[in-house]
Amino acid sequence: MPVEIDIDHVARLARLHLTPEEKERLRAQLGIILEHAAKVGEVAAADVPPTASAIPRSNVLRPDTPAPSLAHEDALANAPETEDDRFKVPRIVEME
Amino acid sequence: MSVTHLCDLTGTELAAKLRAGEVTSAEITASCLARIDTVEDRVRAYLTRTEDVARARAADVDARLANGEDLPSVAGIPLALKDVLTTRGIRTTCGSRILESYVPPYDSTAWARLSADGAVLLGKTNCDEFAMGSSNENSAFGPVHNPWDLDTVPGGSSGGSAAAVAVGEAIWALGTDTGGSVRQPASLCGVVGLKPTYGLVSRYGLIAFASSLDTVGTFTRSVRDAAVLLSSIAGKDPMDATSLDGPKRNYTEGIEQGVAGLRIGIVREAFGEGVQPGVKASVQAAIDRLASMGAQVGEVSLPHTDYALSAYYLIAPSEASSNLARYDGVRYGLRVEGGDSVEMMRKTRGSGFGPEVKRRIMLGTYALSAGYYEAYYGQAQKVRTLIIRDYEAAFESYDVLVSPTSPTTAFRIGERADDPLAMYLSDVFTIPANLSGVPAISIPSGLDDAGLPVGLQVTAPVLAEPTLFRVAHALEGELGFDALPPLVAAL
Repeated sequence: MPVEIDIDHVARLARLHLTPEEKERLRAQLGIILEHAAKVGEVAAADVPPTASAIPRSNVLRPDTPAPSLAHEDALANAPETEDDRFKVPRIVEME
Repeated sequence: MSVTHLCDLTGTELAAKLRAGEVTSAEITASCLARIDTVEDRVRAYLTRTEDVARARAADVDARLANGEDLPSVAGIPLALKDVLTTRGIRTTCGSRILESYVPPYDSTAWARLSADGAVLLGKTNCDEFAMGSSNENSAFGPVHNPWDLDTVPGGSSGGSAAAVAVGEAIWALGTDTGGSVRQPASLCGVVGLKPTYGLVSRYGLIAFASSLDTVGTFTRSVRDAAVLLSSIAGKDPMDATSLDGPKRNYTEGIEQGVAGLRIGIVREAFGEGVQPGVKASVQAAIDRLASMGAQVGEVSLPHTDYALSAYYLIAPSEASSNLARYDGVRYGLRVEGGDSVEMMRKTRGSGFGPEVKRRIMLGTYALSAGYYEAYYGQAQKVRTLIIRDYEAAFESYDVLVSPTSPTTAFRIGERADDPLAMYLSDVFTIPANLSGVPAISIPSGLDDAGLPVGLQVTAPVLAEPTLFRVAHALEGELGFDALPPLVAAL
């Protein structure tokens, strides 16, 4: 059975605008893909530990030596909009 | 097939000619640029061409060689880079509208190392959007055409790099392999495709798709060339916390040792239903040769192969949904105005991403969302453990494993575009190596009845690249595959 998913909810979580046609197509396609993907549950027994990375590494540090970092103007060069050396975004907080 | 143009030689052959004073880098570069002019309108391998950068570098290398400088093997050899690897000052699009005008302020480590070694950059190659796809049809800038049959796909996601190397538009190229995106297009285009051990090559500047799987890989026309390129790009990088420790080494050393006495396991699951008869026949014929060359050939099972695809299509989209959250219209890339910040982000992402990327973001967001995480992502991570155990068991009895690279040869453009599951099956034999981090290489084993290339995959344990190259090089010599795509043969 294809999996039923709440497309509007998932699209809201993903901050993704979808047209009605896209939603319809995704609802059908994701349902089928997830039905196939759910096969993982057939073999993933409780005593099998999960793997997040095939070659695990932890506490990887590099020497704490100062070095030049990305220049301000380089970091801002690709921004759609800037003001006073900062990224500019549409209003976030409603003003009273 | 005899080769009459410089751009159809291997990097190793050209490096020898450069040092013997028979040719200049400028001449090699001119040969590649001429080939691009001749075939690019039919192949569409490149998104950005960097002729001026290439000519300047070639002139520099020629001057240094004339001065008697001892330069690395990759010096003066023209190269193409998949357009997901950042190049400082040169547009890097990931095949996406959302990064159509993005000019990175930094170099990827893989390119930085090649550049420091004197490599000549010809341009950035077409690919599936954010490396998501198996046919190159998901590029926002149009598909690449396979030089062996222009109506078929070159494979994906690194299709542009594969096609460019197959047709002489570059001597060699870099791609990236998250589920098979180097090996599968190499197979479909009749070239050599290497996916090294996860972490052997730095991911710094590889624009992220699925960070625990993403691997920088190479496209070449010989196994030795792959070893040469890897020698330049491999090694610890402080900018990538997942890069592995270990000294730089020359991977061409020991490549001539042959296969006598090596134990080679044939993967049983890779010869079942869904594999084209022409693919089975070609790979089987190559396996028979391995036995006659003195290898001990036996059959081995990777019992969780079927589940690898399911696990991959949960893990990769989950990581992608998180990685692609950065495209929010604020710091770089497209912005579509409208309403408040959230509305701007929704419109930007809805308009900037193509259908496959949206599909994977939705899939991953769902698999990670409250209430579903354990059933999907959590279970997929357990399957990943089972895949790793499959390999550990197999490598107790065998030095390397052999299978077809992909179940089919190149398919027609449009044929699978509306069926994501059928498309995903292209990667069923390549995905397990990404889930387990082991290195694998695809080499051409021959042509099928339709005249399309078949790829054979060799897989080795973690960091056993020297064994991988040894087997692939010996088999390559034995098979003597030297066919050229009709497009090149006609020139």
